[in-house]
Amino acid sequence: MTYGLPLEWIVAVRFLYEGRLQTLFIVVGISIGVAVIVFMSAMLAGLENNILKRVLTTQAQIQVIAPDQVARALRGKGEDMEDATVQRPSQRVALIDQWQSLVRSLRAEPGITFVSPTTTGSALAVRGEASRSITLIGVEPETYFHIVKIPDYVVAGDARLTSESILVGVELAKDLGVRVGDKINVTAASGDQRVLTMTGLLDFGNKGANQRSTYVALRTAQSVMGMIGGVTSLDINLYDIYAAEVMAQSIMASHRVVAESWIKTNAQFFSAIQAQKATNTLIRLFVGLSVAFGIAAVLVVSVIQRSKEIGILRAMGTTRGQIIRLFLLQGGLLGFAGSMVGAALGAGGLFYWHSVARQSDGSELFPLMLELQLFVYTAILATLTGLLAAMAPALRAAKLDPVVAIRG
Amino acid sequence: MADHLLRLEQISKVYNAGEPSQTEVLHGIDLVLDEGEFVAIMGPSGSGKSTLLNIIGLLDRPTSGRLLIGGKDTGLLDDAALTRLRGESIGFVFQYHHLISAFTALENVMMPMVVERGFPDRQCEARARHLVERVGLAKVADHLATNMSGGQQQRIALARALVMTPRILLADEPTGNLDTQSADDVFALMREVNTKSRTCFIIVTHNKTMAERCDRIIEVVDGRIHEP
Ligand SMILES: Nc1ncnc2c1ncn2[C@@H]1O[C@H](COP(=O)(O)OP(=O)(O)O)[C@@H](O)[C@H]1O
Ligand SMILES: [Mg+2]
Repeated sequence: MTYGLPLEWIVAVRFLYEGRLQTLFIVVGISIGVAVIVFMSAMLAGLENNILKRVLTTQAQIQVIAPDQVARALRGKGEDMEDATVQRPSQRVALIDQWQSLVRSLRAEPGITFVSPTTTGSALAVRGEASRSITLIGVEPETYFHIVKIPDYVVAGDARLTSESILVGVELAKDLGVRVGDKINVTAASGDQRVLTMTGLLDFGNKGANQRSTYVALRTAQSVMGMIGGVTSLDINLYDIYAAEVMAQSIMASHRVVAESWIKTNAQFFSAIQAQKATNTLIRLFVGLSVAFGIAAVLVVSVIQRSKEIGILRAMGTTRGQIIRLFLLQGGLLGFAGSMVGAALGAGGLFYWHSVARQSDGSELFPLMLELQLFVYTAILATLTGLLAAMAPALRAAKLDPVVAIRG
Repeated sequence: MADHLLRLEQISKVYNAGEPSQTEVLHGIDLVLDEGEFVAIMGPSGSGKSTLLNIIGLLDRPTSGRLLIGGKDTGLLDDAALTRLRGESIGFVFQYHHLISAFTALENVMMPMVVERGFPDRQCEARARHLVERVGLAKVADHLATNMSGGQQQRIALARALVMTPRILLADEPTGNLDTQSADDVFALMREVNTKSRTCFIIVTHNKTMAERCDRIIEVVDGRIHEP
């Protein structure tokens, strides 16, 4: 016996060791359950994180645009639609009224981290014989780069924006045959023309964006498109990304603008994630329940098998409390041991699956996300489950009458 | 008048009181025992010997009557205090040795001390080793309890019962399950402890010759005691 170790620990460990076949089986059972939870949670977290990152580093969490005045179905006094076909106004860009004061009031909102005014429009990029239609995005780098991490996408040159510079996607650069330092002729629909210098090459990992998106300074965009002082949208980021929809609603309620949250624009993805999470929670719950019942079953049997020994311990002066702790401890130890083995199994499974499962182009199907937190939580949860499951057997053991137990 | 080590006043025990299976097992037992006594309890089986021993050992409470240990009325103690008193003043040896199979002989002997302190220490082990030697089993001290002969197990059980230096040692048919030689060894050992440590022994036995080697014989018949 190890000196100084509490009686309950010593006896609990010895009992588990003596019944090693039972112990082994239940630990294997718990491990499988824990492994499934770890594997599923890590994979789901990886997928979600991956997609979230992809979505939220390329778009603002909330985008505020001017209200769409014309494109609304006309309604009569009754409920019938008088004119069901609604025509959008042709390519006309809508500017946000008094955007400076709107920016000021939004920046004062406690939940908002960044507000960035943006002027976006279509233009034509020309270089020698080649010409391509592009989306010209005029931004304020100090704020915008916190929302869309343009510097992260730079593959050549850099992301600094002067009034004469333009950042170009890799596909567009190829189409136009330009490299960093080359001049590009940009013509807006309004007819204005500017010669800009390509200072950065961007790769968004998305063909459409690489073909069309170009970034210039806000003022440059405003002057090319003939909208001096006007902005077409405000890009907003929040502390809590999941508060975006509520915040968008509240912005619309208090200002005459349209605010769209990333949650709404990615509704499909969002509901898929939610469904996955709900499924995952259910699976956790049921795995947890079966683990708990497994532990309880093993301990109930153990109480019966060991009733004589419990009686002797009681006759020696062991208190009811010590007997309760003895069995709670066995439950906790089983849960803990199972969670350790299970976490290792789950992590092993993740590594294996990650190395085997590939997308058609050979890139990873999901990013490997092994967070210590997940393992710690799982271990704590499994141990608590073990303790909880041991409750009934422990009380039963403590209630044993030593006289009956010894005579039996 | 000094307090007696053990005093039973009008102890009765009724099992399953109020039920159809109600049985009165002990009827108003009066008994006084002192330090250093070596007593045999005899009687036909079913007469209530074990019940009496369990009540004296604080494993069971009498239905009525008073049990005083060292002058202290045990009826006034709650469960926790009773458990403590039992741990420090009473040792048990049962017919079926009842060692804990997950532990070695030595560890079984240590157990009551570990229970009292809450954890083992060097002192526990030294004392247990001393007792294992005293019962002549130093060689098998580290064997698992279940890998020993019946006689050896019963001697270890005796060592375990003695480790807390109890004032009262209760033995319920301690040799009932042993061959004559082992039975003699265990009995001799108990006698030796009794003379050296003045421990009060109460031994339930069916063995007439063994009983006659005790200082006092108490007969239990139908829940009443008779002393010749
Ligand atoms: N827990 C109990 N419940 C009901 N009856 C019991 C219980 N314990 C003992 N008895 C009964 O009490 C009587 C005396 O038992 P016991 O004290 O074990 O006798 P002995 O040890 O002298 O053989 C027996 O008839 C037995 O069946
Ligand atoms: Mg008996």
